[in-house]
Amino acid sequence: MNSPELLFRLAALNTDYANTIDADRLEDWPGFFLEACLYKITTAENEKRGYAAGVVYADSRAMLADRIAALRQANIYERHSYRHIIGMPSIRSAEAGVVAAETPFLIVRTMRDGKMDLFAAGLYRDRVSQEPGGLRFAERIVVCDSPRFDTLVAIPF
Amino acid sequence: MSSSTETTRQHEAWEPGLTRVPFWVYQDDAVRRAEQEKIFQGPVWNYLCLEHELANTGDFRTSFVGDMPVIAVRAEDGSIRAFENRCAHRGALIAFEDGGNVSEFHCVYHAWRYDLGGNLKSVAFRRGVNGKGGMAESFCLEEHGPRKLRTATIGGLVFGTLSADTPPLEEYLGPAISAKIRRVLHKTPEIIGRFTQPMPNNWKLYAENVKDTYHASLLHLFFTTFRITRFSQAGGITISDDGAHHASATYAQLETKDTIYKDEAIRSDNDAFRLADPSMLDPVDEFGDGIQLQILTVFPTLVLQQTHNSIAVRHFVPRGTDAMDLHWTYLGFADDTPELRKRRLKQANLVGPAGFVSMEDGCIGGFVQRGAMAAAEERSVVEMGGAEAKTTDTRATETAVRGFWQVYRRLMGI
Repeated sequence: MNSPELLFRLAALNTDYANTIDADRLEDWPGFFLEACLYKITTAENEKRGYAAGVVYADSRAMLADRIAALRQANIYERHSYRHIIGMPSIRSAEAGVVAAETPFLIVRTMRDGKMDLFAAGLYRDRVSQEPGGLRFAERIVVCDSPRFDTLVAIPF
Repeated sequence: MSSSTETTRQHEAWEPGLTRVPFWVYQDDAVRRAEQEKIFQGPVWNYLCLEHELANTGDFRTSFVGDMPVIAVRAEDGSIRAFENRCAHRGALIAFEDGGNVSEFHCVYHAWRYDLGGNLKSVAFRRGVNGKGGMAESFCLEEHGPRKLRTATIGGLVFGTLSADTPPLEEYLGPAISAKIRRVLHKTPEIIGRFTQPMPNNWKLYAENVKDTYHASLLHLFFTTFRITRFSQAGGITISDDGAHHASATYAQLETKDTIYKDEAIRSDNDAFRLADPSMLDPVDEFGDGIQLQILTVFPTLVLQQTHNSIAVRHFVPRGTDAMDLHWTYLGFADDTPELRKRRLKQANLVGPAGFVSMEDGCIGGFVQRGAMAAAEERSVVEMGGAEAKTTDTRATETAVRGFWQVYRRLMGI
């Protein structure tokens, strides 16, 4: 199962995922997940210590949609965008239609005034389900290398 | 060398009272330096860590008291000791991890050793090598060591002070604030997450923000949009006698037909906005008193937050005049049911750097810092709800912000 084709499909999934967020098509972002899923942004330190909380924690696609709705309608933040650079997935296992993979990422944040920062770096720890419509995330744990989240986190990682 | 008071004299005099704050207090490096001595190293209790993090002998955490790096550690006799994280020799950090367990401390630079109380125990090659070099005979270990802090705890929160004048912790807090700390931290906590949120503003802007109940449902539109907290909900603010500490409370009585926001034409009113998955907003009344939200501050730099079932300690550390770090420690209790723990994880979405009702606090201080950049001698207005810093039964007030300035001006002598 650890085929070049699977690797290609995961890489394509991540590319689509990144483009969706970076092009501000955030309403399409929840569609990358199963209806019952786990999406969490946490840190390597929390993972190491077994601390379960995240800065974002969602266990349904509806919660992800709510987060986007809140960003659009309720939350206040200075306009900014991300550029995701996502590395090659490392497939850990692939059985019963579920692929476990780890994929490194970088996120560069560009603020309204043009100021750019390396905002986040880390590893996506994924469980990806092979659905009739394509690959969907059953789980995406965003494990950030740094415990620091500058100013605020509005747009998902 | 100019003293802080000489430097601040360059500014126009700060008129007496609590309703005007000159912007230079957020900008002037002389003010920042004076705060080290008069606030952080003065007669205050600085939050250091959780007692839970120092369960065993030799467990330590590193933290900050203003600019000063400090170590808090559980000593052999069971007491909690704290001392400056600075080697008496050349000033290097004695411990450079966030925490750990040690039997003693030694500075990596030249291996000077300290016991768990911060007492210098030995100096490497003190007698030299082969009769050459070494320290003078007169060198006395007891005369050298990092500055020590007195420590005290309440509800598992560990505080330290450098001043001999600081009153006992519970006297410092007052009975009302002490009771509200114990209300939340009433049993053994368990850490469920740690995050750091650097903010582009002076630490006092965050100190004010967290005491400012006026802004809560105006800047943070999520709660009002979902009708979770409104000024029309019962609640109020308790202020300690000297104004230093506060606790705001919101009770769980939701009035669905209020028109306050519509009358004011405030943009946060939006009947159409409903959550697709409201499980995040399904709190249980775990304290049995109907208080949904309690935000509590201990001067100068601690927040204890209960937002429904999301409990967190927030500790803010100044990083120069225009930057600070906010350290979030999310808590549960050791006896949480799996259901309650899951609630805490979900409700944590409300708070923190990505919090639905707190992310704006990450940027708003920076907006003030930038907006007032050229206005050092201008004043901000802190007049909502009067001119005093008193306990009140409304949250449409800046009373707790005035409390901050009352104690700040007294300690700083400005």
